Amino acid sequence: MPKKRTEKKLVGLGEDVLKDIKQKKNPKIEIPIRSLSNVVYDEKTKSLTLGDKVSKRFFFNVAHAKKFMQTMMVAAFCKELLNEKIHTSLRDMYYNLKHTISNSDENTFDEQRESDPIVIDLEVALDVLREQLHLSADVRGRAVGNVTILDRGDTVNLAKLGSGGYAIPSNIEDIKFKKVNAKYILVVEKNAAFERLHEDKFWKKHNCVLIGAQGQAARGVRRLIQRLSNEFKLPVYVFCDSDPYGWYIYSVIKFGSMSLAHVSDRLGTPHARYIGLTISDIEKFGLKDFTIKTRDVDIKRAKDMMKYKWFQHPAWQKELKLLIKGKRKAELEALSGRGLRFMTEKYLPQKIKNKEFLP
Amino acid sequence: MAVEQRVAERMAKDMKEISISEFFEKNRHLLGYENSTKALITIVKEAVDNSLDGCDEAGILPNIVVTLKQIGVDRFKIVAEDNGPGIVESKIPFAFGKMLFGSKFHRLKQSRGTQGIGISGAILYSQLTTGKPAKIISSTGGKIHEFELMIDTVQNEPSVASHITHTNKERWHGIKIELEAEGNYIERYQSIPEYLRQTAIANPYAHIVYNGPNGTLKFDRTTNIVPKQPKEIKPHPYGIELGILRRMLAMTRTKNLRAFLMRDFTRVGSRSAEQIFRLAKLESSRKPKSLDAEESERLHKSLQMVKLIAPPTNCLSPLTEQLIENGLKKELNAEYFVAVTRPPSVYRGNPFQVEVGLAYGGDLNPNSAAILYRFANKVPLLYHQSSCAITKSVEAVDWKRYGFQHPNSSVPVGPLVILVHFASVWVPFTSEGKQAIATYPAIMKDIKLALQDAGRKLAKFVRQKKQARDKQLRRQLFERYIPELAGSLSKLTKKEKNSIISNLEEIIKAGGSRISESKKIKKEKEE
Repeated sequence: MPKKRTEKKLVGLGEDVLKDIKQKKNPKIEIPIRSLSNVVYDEKTKSLTLGDKVSKRFFFNVAHAKKFMQTMMVAAFCKELLNEKIHTSLRDMYYNLKHTISNSDENTFDEQRESDPIVIDLEVALDVLREQLHLSADVRGRAVGNVTILDRGDTVNLAKLGSGGYAIPSNIEDIKFKKVNAKYILVVEKNAAFERLHEDKFWKKHNCVLIGAQGQAARGVRRLIQRLSNEFKLPVYVFCDSDPYGWYIYSVIKFGSMSLAHVSDRLGTPHARYIGLTISDIEKFGLKDFTIKTRDVDIKRAKDMMKYKWFQHPAWQKELKLLIKGKRKAELEALSGRGLRFMTEKYLPQKIKNKEFLP
Repeated sequence: MAVEQRVAERMAKDMKEISISEFFEKNRHLLGYENSTKALITIVKEAVDNSLDGCDEAGILPNIVVTLKQIGVDRFKIVAEDNGPGIVESKIPFAFGKMLFGSKFHRLKQSRGTQGIGISGAILYSQLTTGKPAKIISSTGGKIHEFELMIDTVQNEPSVASHITHTNKERWHGIKIELEAEGNYIERYQSIPEYLRQTAIANPYAHIVYNGPNGTLKFDRTTNIVPKQPKEIKPHPYGIELGILRRMLAMTRTKNLRAFLMRDFTRVGSRSAEQIFRLAKLESSRKPKSLDAEESERLHKSLQMVKLIAPPTNCLSPLTEQLIENGLKKELNAEYFVAVTRPPSVYRGNPFQVEVGLAYGGDLNPNSAAILYRFANKVPLLYHQSSCAITKSVEAVDWKRYGFQHPNSSVPVGPLVILVHFASVWVPFTSEGKQAIATYPAIMKDIKLALQDAGRKLAKFVRQKKQARDKQLRRQLFERYIPELAGSLSKLTKKEKNSIISNLEEIIKAGGSRISESKKIKKEKEE
């Protein structure tokens, strides 16, 4: 979405408020509610989206007044970022906007905890991405593969960045893909597994884009996966620990997250597939000696996930049941128990060849 | 002779009458002399109560001077002087030197003293602790008589040590009493200054001067009107006890029951008398003295069953709402004052009336328990607060309804002074120290009603004040955020900041701060 449109939306927000004021009405902004009660799983698009519940924020309401003022401050700040063509972090924004209100001992913002949710309010209310407001999220995750991109004027070949790989930025919107030569995208949850696959040149041998998420996938990582797979029709395989936490990481990449349900359509990749690990793999690949006993939270989490609409597929229900029943889980490192190169030479090639994926 | 018989005979030899003075010598705590701090307060209280009673009866505006001087480590000289009617020469030794001698015991009329114990108790305490006689100077306008006297505790008779007379050119009248007594002097909480301060609140027509060890305190009168003398009345049939009825039947001068009911009681007319006789199945011509136990019980029951008008109220002298408010305003720097005088009511055949005054806010401490001023017939009660009907009634009222914190079974917490005045022809004190009112249900009920009435009025004021303050706070809150909001809007829309500010301020002036108050707005939900 071009900058012009984002800016227009910010200005429109201000003008609507001004119109209320001119008509001597209590000025208000409408913000879709983001609580769990308003998060809906859409079967058709296979993503988590927000329902249609809206909350109204009034200026002349004791409980809303400060937040109303803060919302307008953040909106004005973002408009300036767009005009000045600079990007900044949430923390920078907090420091920039924090000051003492004149004739009082009160601060505009006391903690970053107050300004962060207002950014999400604006994303939801204006239907824009944080990155489009020039606010960057955490930078985490890296990528290697036969891909050449144009990033802030630099041409970067992702195959020639040594052992570190390409650090995935927060803002993917302005990146242009010059050349992409790959058959699929492999997303790895853990850093150690990424290092192993990179050192073994797995991506070269199998001609894929290798992405390391380093835990829960950051917004940049999710957007990059989505753009690459959509624009070049590449299948996406996700490789996580065999436990509820790892599976949820997969579901966030695929369907979107509950806390960011408003941006699922721009961050989710509904056709992603789960390559492993699964509980069934433990038996199949002889990993029994390398499993870990589950903790109480794992079991509780698994039971919760069995109820989620987007985990209703029989294959997933089966895995969740196996975990709850067997009370054992497995990390990616368990594969190293069968030999350090077991993952690169045996496990992954076999899985891909036999198309052993979970939906 | 059996052992029991011998013991009984020996015991019989030891049995003898004890005089009332002797009894109180051994039980001085009953009179309010259990410790040396309280003793000084009690002496001053007895003298001042007597002076106010005397002035009231004579219709004189009281001028009272109390002087207290320390003359030894734990020894004090107390001098109390009034401008009352004085006492005739022949009665002076008895009024001061004999217990249970007085004019007030055998009548039903509102007054401070009743039993003729108070001032002679003070003299008794003085002679017990110092061995010195009391000096009484009095005149009714003629010669001035100066007595020095002690109490013969065995005989309960005054023993006069000296009696001299002075000429009285200025035609002074009044009483001056000088005593020496053991004591301990304090000036905080339950103390002589506090007693006099509260006395001044309830008796705003009195002028009281106190020359204490640490200087002089003056309580000026705020009104020149002496309250109307309460009338003496006969008992009312409602609630009278059987024993008292039997005593009245035995002692009456009337010749028949009809005359007995109509003359010795108040509010019994010929028609209600007929009704009573019918109910009791008694002849109206019967001699009162001839009734047997069963008949008197029937009469007693019937008296409670007929419908009678409440006792006359002219036997009571309430402070009135106006005086209570004035009295509180004089002594307290508070924000709101309210007073309630209840209509008279009856307990045990005795008319009584309850009054309540509340002072709120201002300099009063908002975080401490409410201060309670208790009065009985215009006399402040300083001790035995917890066992008093007034305290128990205050505790029983639900103060949370009126916006106060109210810890379980205690007085409410807040910037509050509660004044309760109990006026009656006979105050049912729990002991002769006269510091607590007995907890008769009829009394408790009326005190509670008065407190609730005053509480409602106060709550209305407190609520209005809170609303005004909340509105002000809301306004300030919005006004504080307006410049930031206008600045941001100006950046977004490129409109002039100052015009946005004035637009927003106009909404506030037009009552914008109330918009959010009336509309229930769904609270925003965050993740």
